[in-house]
Amino acid sequence: MKLGTRKKLSEQLEDLKSKTMEMGALASTAVEKAVESLVKRNVRLAKKVIKEDDKIDDLEFEIENNCMHVIALQQPVAKDLRTIGTCLKIITDLERVGDRAVDIANITIEMAGRAPVKPLVDIPRMAELAVGMLRDSMRAFKEGNSSLAFELGKRDDEVDRLAHQVTRELFSYLVEDPKKISDAVRLMLVASFLERIADHATNIGERVIYMEKGEMVRIN
Amino acid sequence: MVKSKIKLQTKKLNVWYGNMHVVKDFTLKIPEKKITAVIGPSGCGKSTFLRSLNRMVELVPGARVSGEILLDGENIYDKDVDETEIRLRIGMVFQKPNPFPKSMYENVAYGLKVRGITEEKKLRLLVEESLKKVGLWEEVRDRLNRSALELSGGQQQRLCIARALAVKPEVILMDEPCSSLDPIATAKIEDLLFELKKDYTIVIVTHNLQQAARVSDYTAFMYAGKLIEHGRTEEIFERPKDKITQDYITGRFG
Repeated sequence: MKLGTRKKLSEQLEDLKSKTMEMGALASTAVEKAVESLVKRNVRLAKKVIKEDDKIDDLEFEIENNCMHVIALQQPVAKDLRTIGTCLKIITDLERVGDRAVDIANITIEMAGRAPVKPLVDIPRMAELAVGMLRDSMRAFKEGNSSLAFELGKRDDEVDRLAHQVTRELFSYLVEDPKKISDAVRLMLVASFLERIADHATNIGERVIYMEKGEMVRIN
Repeated sequence: MVKSKIKLQTKKLNVWYGNMHVVKDFTLKIPEKKITAVIGPSGCGKSTFLRSLNRMVELVPGARVSGEILLDGENIYDKDVDETEIRLRIGMVFQKPNPFPKSMYENVAYGLKVRGITEEKKLRLLVEESLKKVGLWEEVRDRLNRSALELSGGQQQRLCIARALAVKPEVILMDEPCSSLDPIATAKIEDLLFELKKDYTIVIVTHNLQQAARVSDYTAFMYAGKLIEHGRTEEIFERPKDKITQDYITGRFG
């Protein structure tokens, strides 16, 4: 049996995957830069993150459009169809990741010029974990690596644990000094945004398992 | 896997044409009042398999069959079984519409007459009933005595289905019934299949994978005479288990 026919469909699927990878890379960088802007109180960097989110949004539409074209014109089935379904679901998660990065960047701008509530330790740690999960979820997608995808469930627990810790800690600052209330609440929001980003990475992991095995499973 | 009542079942079915082994150890359950699609590349033996289900394969010189085919649990290849009776219970529709060069009425009444029904009133009633079932009655009621060859391809195929239905079969075998029809006539036949499966068990052989996906409840994938995979149609088209099935239905197969 000779394989390798349906060249056009194969090329279109490769293109969809590489565009989705590109979107994943932009979203990961956006989160990284947004948290960097928060830690370094860098408003310019925050504004850059907000501006570059347009690229992520544009890519979402472009990929969705391309998925529809391939479905309409190539009538894909089995793994080809599952790959397209996975792209369609992943881009929604990635678009939301981009939005959370923008939310964090906006908080950087809002907090600029005021004395910091506290030195940020756990938030950069959370960001590192969440971005690591996001990058690995996209690597699992690229390689079709369902065991890497499966591990994301466990890693998400660690991010959840840190989020609780950050919230508890900020709560004590908030009680101590009413002047810090607004910024402490903002940092709590950042922790919950990062926790959501890790959830999106976990969702992507679930889609990768579906793409590879055809099974819909919850990994967390 | 198949939960409905089993209408037709093959057990270790083998078919040879002379020395050519065409169907190999084919074991398949066909559920009642469902549509089972048989797909596979050209020359994989699917038409031969279909023709063995009503003993039509025996009409081919040099054909030899082993194994069992059970219709409601009874082996249709048993010596005391009358093959004509079997072909009345298991009807067939072919790739190209093949109406007899007779009137539309005579086409549908033909099998009934063979069965010994001669009373004109009863024949008229049964012809009307069959034509209504295939949605052709309104189109032809005023010209039943005109030649069936005047009809369009799609109408001819529906006439052939009406002819098969007239003798009240239990199973209908269809060999690429839409391959010579345009998309509109094809859609009509597909709609008709949904109606027919309320009363009949249908086995359809098709090269058109999208058609198999659209119309069937179960799909059997056949390759080089063997049954490779059989399951609910959505499972076969969304998550086939076998690599060869995956390669075939995604078209990466040459």
